Amino acid sequence: MNEIQSSNCCSDCGNDQLEQIANVIDLYQAKPSNLIQILHASQQIYGYLPLDVQEFIAQKMNISVSEVSGVVTFYSFFSTKPRGEHTILVCMGTACYVRGGKKLVEGLQKILGINLGETTQDGKFTLEIARCIGACGLAPAMMIDKVVYKSVNPNKLESILSKY
Amino acid sequence: MVNITINNKKISANAGSTILEAAKQNGILIPSLCYMEGVHEFGSCRICSVEVVGAKTLMAACITEIKEGMVVHTHSAKVIKARKVLYELLLSDHLRECLSCNRNQNCELQKLGDTLGIEENRFETTSWRNALDVSVSITRDMSKCILCRRCVTVCNNVQGVGILNAQNRGFDTVISPAMDLPIGTVKCAFCGQCTVVCPVGALKETDSTVQVWNAINDPDTRVVIQAAPAVRVALGEMFGYPAGTSVTGKMAAAMRALGVDDVFDTDWAADLTIMEEGTEFLHRVMDALAGKPAVLPMITSCSPGWIKYVESYYPEQIPNLSSCKSPHMMLGALAKSYYAESKGLDPKKMFVVSVMPCTAKKFECTREEMMNDGMYNVDAVITTRELGAMIKQAGIDFKNLPEEKFDDPMGYSTGAADIFGLTGGVMEAALRTVYAIIMGKNLPFDNLHVTPIVGLDKVKDATIKLEGVLPQYKQFEGLEVKVAVTSGLSGAKQLMEQIKEGKSPYHFIEVMGCPGGCITGGGQPRSDDVDVRKKRMAILYTEDEVKHLRQSHENPSISKFYEEWGSPCCHKSHEYLHTHYIDRSK
Repeated sequence: MNEIQSSNCCSDCGNDQLEQIANVIDLYQAKPSNLIQILHASQQIYGYLPLDVQEFIAQKMNISVSEVSGVVTFYSFFSTKPRGEHTILVCMGTACYVRGGKKLVEGLQKILGINLGETTQDGKFTLEIARCIGACGLAPAMMIDKVVYKSVNPNKLESILSKY
Repeated sequence: MVNITINNKKISANAGSTILEAAKQNGILIPSLCYMEGVHEFGSCRICSVEVVGAKTLMAACITEIKEGMVVHTHSAKVIKARKVLYELLLSDHLRECLSCNRNQNCELQKLGDTLGIEENRFETTSWRNALDVSVSITRDMSKCILCRRCVTVCNNVQGVGILNAQNRGFDTVISPAMDLPIGTVKCAFCGQCTVVCPVGALKETDSTVQVWNAINDPDTRVVIQAAPAVRVALGEMFGYPAGTSVTGKMAAAMRALGVDDVFDTDWAADLTIMEEGTEFLHRVMDALAGKPAVLPMITSCSPGWIKYVESYYPEQIPNLSSCKSPHMMLGALAKSYYAESKGLDPKKMFVVSVMPCTAKKFECTREEMMNDGMYNVDAVITTRELGAMIKQAGIDFKNLPEEKFDDPMGYSTGAADIFGLTGGVMEAALRTVYAIIMGKNLPFDNLHVTPIVGLDKVKDATIKLEGVLPQYKQFEGLEVKVAVTSGLSGAKQLMEQIKEGKSPYHFIEVMGCPGGCITGGGQPRSDDVDVRKKRMAILYTEDEVKHLRQSHENPSISKFYEEWGSPCCHKSHEYLHTHYIDRSK
């Protein structure tokens, strides 16, 4: 912990967040087999998993950082970059794709001025795609955080985003 | 015994054997790639796939245990076809610049292609991984990586350091340090064991031969070369000699034939190290016995991979490390001072080359602490493999070279120096001298070998009771000197944790960063002989045993050196032969 506090940690690197992560690790008894759950919880606490946080977790669990980052970079759910306040997930499953999912992505990229996987400069939105969100009957669909928007077309995007 | 049928031939093999082992014992060679006996038995490349009657899919022979009545086909049409496809898929994103690759004709992937009879390459794509990562010690070229994961196993499971792991997923997978960081920026010890196990040209030492050729070709530069003890018992393997052949005389001759000016022996400096390190140890124990502050156990400092590991992971234990520079650094420091003065040479025009079985020494020679009078002690480190390559490049007929000797005044050594190259050797050499100094007689072991610390066990220890000491060392009477020896960083970790917890019973610990010691260091020739450690170890012990003098303090050229220089651990010694360490944990 001392190592993280004294290192060149990012400015918003709250010590209480690291303390919470430490508690999570204790809760999971620092078992390597629980690494995915620990990373999951850590990302919820911290928002994302930068190298500093990965190093902190590795040190606490007595495993190597490359092992932690191996898992973090394997799963697309984990992010090593700061994420926006809200995550937009456009469905690109077959049904949504044929009904214009791609146009939604293009529209959002244009409005937000970012590419897939990126976060807006004001830190509000992160734009991502999903293979299928299981709402094929509502195609084309997208999600913002946990809310599903059905039968979206590019013209509706501005008004949807304005709610956030 | 278990009875099975392989290729319609009934055979029996030990229970617990794999199909690969059982087949090999019966003269059937199943091609394999990632498999490495005792190191990597993982089944990641699938090249050793065989048909097991009744199994749904082809099975990896290297990890499938034989079972009673099993029927196996190792070279059926189905298997051969599958193997070819697997091989072609491995090639598909492998950078195939074989003719200009460091591993040309020494590449396991290339050999496998020949074994499998590959003559087409249907899945050709361009290699996307073009990130070349060059550190002072190790170069990673991921465009050649075939993801076999041997390096991952050796780094994580054998050495217990865990710098290399698979990152990302699927086609994007790359074997690298965390977050694709360059290897020079992470806490890698540079032991280089990954470069020894890499089957292709993806991991290798960073080249220093160009720098050395430039120095040799510059008429104004006086090139001094030296070779470590372990080099002489491995170099021959690059010229067709079997593992366990000593080529000391030919090595000296070949180095001279490269065109260098002075051919010295790091063995000489190993004897010197014993004088310095032995004296330091005596002082520490004397201080402890007198109730003065003294840090024990003292730990050897010859292995730069080990040093970087301590600095990175156990900085609080830095005071336990001996302050002695490693032998080749001592020799370099003296070449540019003691030797230059005696010969009237300008040290600024000298270039010291160390031939080492080690990749970490490439890093060590760049450390700022390894400078005296504004000059680096050693200007370039080449590995045993690089020396072999240079000898070939120079058109030297190694096998037919007459044997030659090293040059004076830093060429003569005792048997104690030879065993510096193997696990337990530095400790044994130190004990031979320290015991003789305190007791006035030789170590009470058969043939001077401290048997409990001989061998390839990960952690070994010994206790030596001092009874009947010389009068001037009466404070040592009855002391039971406890020593421990380990090789490989995972064993070192165990001993360091013990020290950290305050539970270490030892006075003196020897650590070598590579399993087995320098004989199988990260810069040594790659070998397919599974007994290579034992063979190189046996021949290095022989080098010691056949020598006339076998204790460092008996070396007349070391005595002569101290007559002119001062004494072990004197002020001047501290300046040139000792060093300090840096906390690299942050």
